Amino acid sequence: MALLSVSDISVSIGRLTPLDRIAFSIDPGEIVGVVGESGSGKSLTAMAVMGLLPLIGGKISGGSVHFAEFELTTLTEARYRALRGRRVALISQNPMTSLDPVRRVGEQIDQVSMMHLGLGKVEARARSVEMMQQLRIPEAKIVHGNYPHQLSGGMKQRIVIAMALVANPELIIADEPTTALDVTIQAQIIQIMTEMARARNVALMLITHDMGVVAQACDRVVVLYAGRVAEMNTVDAIFADPKHPYTKSLIGCIPVEGLPPGGLKGIAGNVPGVLNYPKGCRFHPRCTRAIARCGDEVPLLRASGAGTVACHLAEVSA
Amino acid sequence: MFGFLIKRLLLLVPVFLAVSLIIFMIVRFVPGDPIDNLVQIGSTEEQKAELIASYGLDKPLPVQYGIWFAKMMQGDLGEAMILRRPVADLIAQNLPHSLILGSLALLFSTIVGVATGALAAIWRDSWLDRAVMTIILLGSTVPSFWLGLLMILLFAVQLGWFPVSGARSWSALVLPVLTIGIGGVALVARVTRAAMIEISRKDFVMMLHAKGVPPTEIQLKHVLRHALLPVVTILSLRIGWILGGAVTIEYVFARPGLGSLLITSLNQRDYPVVQGCLLMLAIAVILGTLIGDILQALMDPRLREGLN
Repeated sequence: MALLSVSDISVSIGRLTPLDRIAFSIDPGEIVGVVGESGSGKSLTAMAVMGLLPLIGGKISGGSVHFAEFELTTLTEARYRALRGRRVALISQNPMTSLDPVRRVGEQIDQVSMMHLGLGKVEARARSVEMMQQLRIPEAKIVHGNYPHQLSGGMKQRIVIAMALVANPELIIADEPTTALDVTIQAQIIQIMTEMARARNVALMLITHDMGVVAQACDRVVVLYAGRVAEMNTVDAIFADPKHPYTKSLIGCIPVEGLPPGGLKGIAGNVPGVLNYPKGCRFHPRCTRAIARCGDEVPLLRASGAGTVACHLAEVSA
Repeated sequence: MFGFLIKRLLLLVPVFLAVSLIIFMIVRFVPGDPIDNLVQIGSTEEQKAELIASYGLDKPLPVQYGIWFAKMMQGDLGEAMILRRPVADLIAQNLPHSLILGSLALLFSTIVGVATGALAAIWRDSWLDRAVMTIILLGSTVPSFWLGLLMILLFAVQLGWFPVSGARSWSALVLPVLTIGIGGVALVARVTRAAMIEISRKDFVMMLHAKGVPPTEIQLKHVLRHALLPVVTILSLRIGWILGGAVTIEYVFARPGLGSLLITSLNQRDYPVVQGCLLMLAIAVILGTLIGDILQALMDPRLREGLN
């Protein structure tokens, strides 16, 4: 049975509906990539699952989210809070700003196990240091007493990862965990995260805009475009045979060896903003294969091979 | 932290020199001659010159400054021309009244201001927030001397709860403390509320929610702590203002104090006393910012290192 199953959730902020009937699921221990350009609704999906939409004035306006034995959309705030950081944890986009600048980084990790596992100060500290060592933080005991501004970006992100892992959650949502880091440490962080997830059988929802990261780390992929699911499949299948033109374009954006200068393809145009989502398929204005029907009719998600796709042009398995 | 303290203290020396020079010059450039108040009617030019010489006022300004500064460093602020007593005595007599009034007003505005500002920020956009903001607007726009007069009329004259004026009992402190404090409450509450709302939007606060920390704990233990930094800044700037700003309030309530002494001696062009009072106020401002900086460095590790 799926650990997390998101069924047709729509998210609204004021009168806008930036997320439209998103559906996907994550099995225990599975690493699922959620991909799309900026503005496609990846972070909102993360906030929706974490139950943090009220912080930005949003709410889930339809659909349901099941996590383990809970229906999250009807859960009381107090019970939701008991899950956050304990059974579902978040690794945020920017480690530079995710840590409280006036508190020692170690205390910020201790806080999680003291709050959720009922540990005392000493045990919590020992547990944090051990976690930091597993994440290959050198001199973990000393770093435990450092303030965030004394650490590099990569170290700070490891601290954030330690915060997420320390209470042994079943699901970790990593929202573009490497976007704010130097290219040289991006691969390291992805590697250490997936390694830890595999070793502890933690499911990972890895939000990224980088298909290369997906190829490196994930089991399955959910491709989002302008607040809708475009395609979903296993990593192998999606790279071997992408069904959605958008997925194809995203894969075309990965730099490969032997590419002539100027040979890297981008995708023309931008993701439309929530105020001017086009009618029909939201990708059709940028799609090279669009036909008249694409501008009128919303393509539904249909099974196609092992995965699902929302495109009028994709061949569908009967 | 130790290096920070040493640096911060060394910085005081040039500041103090500059301040003393400015005070010395200001008093010299005020129109009107104090000697005119001292000479007896019908005295000759020679007698007047003699009087001027006896106060050292015939010497060039740099020499006058040098003498004043050297004596000041020994605690000798000169002799009052009109009251004919050492200035240091006059200040020693009046300063405690101002200090008590000032520190109580500061304490009142800090506690009440931070509490109301925090409540307004936590229940933002509620009726409580709107009520607090309205009172803050009133509190920061009403001139304090007028507020003082209204309070005297209501609580002292009509209701008779507190004395109208003077400094004979502790109850006489209530109205002046309220009058000075209310402006501070408004200021502190406004800064606390704005800072808390701004900090609530930061990524690390979202992260605290994601860790499952209860919202009230986030607000009180994390957000408020950050919000206190700007509060300390404005309060430390206000220490001098409260001691000196109490000038009109001491006058309204007919209380002894540094402010009353300053006004009286200004009217009489009593140079040494004016200089002494201004010096005390300047020292209060300097000490205020020093205490503020130290408090902030204790609260924020980034500041400690930035200055090291």
